Amino acid sequence: MTDADITVAAASRTITYRDALREALRDALLRDERVFLMGEDVGCYGGCYAVSKGLYDEFGPDRIRDTPLSESTFVGAGIGAALNGMRPIVEIMTVNFSLLALDQIVNNAATLRHMSGGQVSVPVVFRIPTGAGRQLAAQHSHSLEGWYAHVPGLRVVAPATLEDARGMLWTALQDPDPVVMFEHVMLYNMEGTLDAAAGPVDIDRAVVRRPGTDVTLITYGGSLFKTLAAAQALAADNVSAEVVDLRSLRPLDAETVLASVARTRRAVIVDEGWRTGSFAAEVSARIMEGAFWSLDAPVARVCTAEVPIPYPRHLEQAALPQPAAIVAAVKALMGA
Amino acid sequence: MTDQSLAPHAKPRLTRDHLLGLLRQMVRIRRFEERCGELYQQEKIRGFLHLYIGEEAVAAGVMACLHPEDAVVATYREHGHAILRGVPMTAVMAEMYGKAEGCSRGRGGSMHLFDVGTRFFGGNAIVAGGLPLAVGMALADRMRGRPRVTACFFGDGAVAEGEFHESLNLAALWKLPVLFVCENNLYAMGTRLDRAQSQTDLHLKAAVYQVASEAVDGMDVVAVEAAARRMTDAIRDGAGPQFLECRTYRFRAHSMFDPQLYRDKAEVEDWKRHDPVARLSAWMRETGMLHDADLPAIERETEAEIEAAVAFAEAGQWEPVEDLAKDVYTREVHP
Ligand SMILES: Cc1ncc(C[n+]2csc(CCOP(=O)(O)OP(=O)(O)O)c2C)c(N)n1
Repeated sequence: MTDADITVAAASRTITYRDALREALRDALLRDERVFLMGEDVGCYGGCYAVSKGLYDEFGPDRIRDTPLSESTFVGAGIGAALNGMRPIVEIMTVNFSLLALDQIVNNAATLRHMSGGQVSVPVVFRIPTGAGRQLAAQHSHSLEGWYAHVPGLRVVAPATLEDARGMLWTALQDPDPVVMFEHVMLYNMEGTLDAAAGPVDIDRAVVRRPGTDVTLITYGGSLFKTLAAAQALAADNVSAEVVDLRSLRPLDAETVLASVARTRRAVIVDEGWRTGSFAAEVSARIMEGAFWSLDAPVARVCTAEVPIPYPRHLEQAALPQPAAIVAAVKALMGA
Repeated sequence: MTDQSLAPHAKPRLTRDHLLGLLRQMVRIRRFEERCGELYQQEKIRGFLHLYIGEEAVAAGVMACLHPEDAVVATYREHGHAILRGVPMTAVMAEMYGKAEGCSRGRGGSMHLFDVGTRFFGGNAIVAGGLPLAVGMALADRMRGRPRVTACFFGDGAVAEGEFHESLNLAALWKLPVLFVCENNLYAMGTRLDRAQSQTDLHLKAAVYQVASEAVDGMDVVAVEAAARRMTDAIRDGAGPQFLECRTYRFRAHSMFDPQLYRDKAEVEDWKRHDPVARLSAWMRETGMLHDADLPAIERETEAEIEAAVAFAEAGQWEPVEDLAKDVYTREVHP
């Protein structure tokens, strides 16, 4: 199968985020025989978020590999396979369960290159669903991306759009280093149109998703659409908000953030992590270090309330960053 | 070592040359480590230093069965494994010093020896952290149809970790070509095996996962080699993972910071009577296979090799601080 075969369909079509991810997986499996997908229920069951549905029938149990409930070992096995010439994609059911494999990710994937004096690379991709919104209560709803972004040796990306869902995986697989890719669970059903020719995307740079002049709203992953909604609401009140989608948390494209803040002179960071020790804190500090003198107001943050995510819908929604809170944070900055 | 203990499996390899080779390898580890201990006192080697003295028969016996394309994964007590795997002693010693000429460019130190050239993949200081890696390396070989073995060394302490159980299960489930080598030296730091394990017969744990397993006298290099050879042969024949428990003992402290309050001197002395080096040489002498000039010759060669390694390390360079951020990522990345 050639690239041409993969991009046959019509010019653009309606597709979900889930389907875009599946296309990306399929594409990767077809392009490179070293690629395989491994994780809990990725095969027979079809993936617990149905992302890999159908792939087991198409590619077989060797390349769509169901594992036992052994996060640490199948994650470590992915690292070992990468060391030994494969290009594994390892799916961990949710970021909450990834904690059982944190040792392998932090102590092996992230460190082996450095500890070996540059002798080895670990070309593995970890796909990890993250985030809240489905009333799954505390042990299935957290957003711990910032913890991973803390670790040198890892690359951390978060596709928010259909283009990125379709394109980031291949770029991540081309990267010789371990990439942790966070998929927000509320995005899987998101539908939109995607160019049939959509392919690999850059994973190094942030992008401006909506231009504006009065304030920069900085976010990533599942919070992007809430932030865009807030920007739209602000426009009705004559506040022009620019929205920056970070896409990559490590390396962080501070340049794009700082350039935007230098123009708008105000910044609000929207992050589904908890405020204390959050990734938003890191972005805020970068802005202080790099754009302090161009600020007209203190940097503000809209984060998740400092509670384990509760089960009831009203409490869950109250805990999470919402458009109204983003609007309020911006208005406070504007002195409105 | 008695004729009986050797009798059942070892016959084919009991040539003078082969046994001299095993003896030489054990002496190389022993003297290298003794020298490291001295260099530690002189503060040439810093950080943690875990000596393997007393356990040499395990590395020597197992390494004798591996092919160049096989892979080795080890722990922080891995100097002997690295040297016997063929990592040049010069590069190992330079690594102990932290010099740029070290096998890991000085970035790893004594606990993180790496050498892709000899397929030596560390050097892992997380207890049981290497087991999943070995499973994955074997998985890659299996998927690519490469007839290779991955040998994974770890201590009895690792048996208490979840990763041990997960890894044995997965390796057995997928019939992966891994040789699990448990170096049961009876202690995990200061915790004696029977204070950590409800079942102290460790090879039985592997059997539960349908991994073929056995325990051998880990002070008897011939017994270790014979068992390891059967197991690596079985792995190469497609029999799936094998588990070798080597009952051994470390004569030195856990690390250089350990006052050894947890065990009697008498116990250590008692085990020293099973010293694998003395044992093999005594037995070879008894059977006429060791000549008077052999050991002195081995000692001389080893000493020369070690002194050359020390000189190499001493002459090595410190990596420039400007290179601090090198090799965090394969491509240059600015976080
Ligand atoms: C996950 C983890 N927990 C604790 C330690 C601290 N530690 C280092 S060595 C050791 C004992 C391990 O004993 P064993 O596995 O029997 O190996 P040995 O040192 O006897 O060769 C411990 C507890 C560690 N390195 N990793």
